[in-house]
Amino acid sequence: MLHRAVEDVSTGSDSDYSRFWISWFLSSKGNEYFCEVDEDFILDRFNLTGLNNEVANYTQALDLITDQLDDDIQDELRGSLDVQARELYGLIHARWIVTARGLAKMIEKYKRAEFGRCPRVMCQLQPLLPVGLTDMPYEKSVKLYCGRCEDLYSPKSSRHGSIDGAYFGTTFPHLLFLVYPTLIPPKSGPTDIGANAASGSGTKEGENRIRRRLREEMDPAIAEGGGENISTASVALKAERYKPRIYGFQLNEIAKLQRWQEAVRDRQVSRLEDLEERAS
Amino acid sequence: MNASDQAEFEDEEAISGTGEGDEIMEEVEEQEDGYTSSTPTSTLTWISWFCSLPGHEYFCEVSEDFIEDDFNLTGLNTMVPFWKEAMEMVLDVEPDEDTSKIPDVSIVESSAEMLYGLVHQRYILTRAGLSTMVDKYEAGIFGSCPRVYCMGTNVVPCGRSDMPGLDTVKLFCPNCNDIYVPPSSRFQGVDGAFFGTTFAHLFFQTYRELSPAPFWKATSSSSHASPRSSTGSVSQNATFVNPNPHGGQKRAAGYVYVPRIYGFKVSERAKCGPRMQWLRLRPESSEELDMVDWRGRWLDDDEDYDDEEEEEEEDRQMEDFDPVCIMIKVA
Repeated sequence: MLHRAVEDVSTGSDSDYSRFWISWFLSSKGNEYFCEVDEDFILDRFNLTGLNNEVANYTQALDLITDQLDDDIQDELRGSLDVQARELYGLIHARWIVTARGLAKMIEKYKRAEFGRCPRVMCQLQPLLPVGLTDMPYEKSVKLYCGRCEDLYSPKSSRHGSIDGAYFGTTFPHLLFLVYPTLIPPKSGPTDIGANAASGSGTKEGENRIRRRLREEMDPAIAEGGGENISTASVALKAERYKPRIYGFQLNEIAKLQRWQEAVRDRQVSRLEDLEERAS
Repeated sequence: MNASDQAEFEDEEAISGTGEGDEIMEEVEEQEDGYTSSTPTSTLTWISWFCSLPGHEYFCEVSEDFIEDDFNLTGLNTMVPFWKEAMEMVLDVEPDEDTSKIPDVSIVESSAEMLYGLVHQRYILTRAGLSTMVDKYEAGIFGSCPRVYCMGTNVVPCGRSDMPGLDTVKLFCPNCNDIYVPPSSRFQGVDGAFFGTTFAHLFFQTYRELSPAPFWKATSSSSHASPRSSTGSVSQNATFVNPNPHGGQKRAAGYVYVPRIYGFKVSERAKCGPRMQWLRLRPESSEELDMVDWRGRWLDDDEDYDDEEEEEEEDRQMEDFDPVCIMIKVA
């Protein structure tokens, strides 16, 4: 397989240009959020509809990505063409990660917590997913979505903070949980995915158990559409939250706001439970 | 002498001291015999040195007067081993000749750190401590909230326990009233008890103009889909009034994230639909807060309310633009 070969090369070096543009791009610093787009996806022009209007020097940029650029052009245009090739790859990437194969690739990265973990203390190191605030390029940088608190955070590193959010798009994390409802993180308790990466040292047995579960979850046949029986109507009740206190006493105004928020939550839970009852 | 004067004074001392290199060398040698190699020279106080260490950026300098007042230290001597030696180290007092009973200087160092941390927890609750910390807050030394729609609200350090050794320091955001792990790993060695559970909240009770109000209404002028645009809302803050004089007096950043798939909001009826928006939601006015009683129940709650109406009410608060809300279901 060509892709296997490409992966092998990319793990080798980031020092100089690899033979393949994509593997060079993926291995360079700051591009850790991107996954590899299958070559046949890029070569299918249908998938690139409209992108020729978005990216300057579209044809050459595409040739560069697919390693088909003539060497003499490469020398004179290399600098500016590289920017356009990155942009083109980003925009293709946004389309790729909402396909079945793209989602599966991003799930692998998610399970290794390659997008970082939620900074919110109560989310207990829940791995994050990249998301854009808009699908238009040059507007907003990439943000990170936490499936546990369902909120957005800015990447810690400025290298990642400057990536265009349009290269991931607004849809991706939500489509992922729509297609794989079994991957929706629980609202409480320790995070189980990517746990061995976080602790570094786990018991052999524990690691094996996690690996087995990862394998099971990774198998799309098991995971996809396998969530028919799960109910998320009342999960919000399990969510933990921080309660500010002064000398052990709650603060009047914040406590009031938190009671109001919890009343909104309870109203949604009973609304969803009613719906569920009516459906069954 | 107030705390900020003290800090300035000490800075000056440190600067003037750098010129006298020979003297410093002597001091260092002397101290190596007595206590430890890592404690500073006499021109830089132990306290300034401690606060300048990497990872100790959140600490402020506690005035020596405060530490010397025994009343402020009540109860701490039972928590800190080698109390006397630790006190001497923190206050840069020449140690007694009889240091033979101390097995290892590093033990005294950690005792001194514990002592300073616990005194610090108390000091930052005093008027002088709070005013030192507000300077650090406004200079952005504690950083800003990582949550996108808090629009870079500055955070304050916060402990989850007042007892040392239980958890590391966290950061409290007054806008989302939530706590976060500091972005840099160098803070993972800092004990949360050195800031305590009370400070963050006493801080925002004291400086109410820095505390965002619990209600929020989307204004037509601010485009809330853009986190960067509303940072320059100084003029808005000037006109903002919270009817509760004891509440936060700053305009809140109240936008709540709405997940979308191909531009359409994900319905709450879907399994993967939003479940956590309540955590960040604010009512539009302060009166709405009173619609919930102290047990967390709606005052006007009659069992069979209209589902559709409720839904609409919540949507309205989160955004102006509302494309058709479709239902997305698996299979």
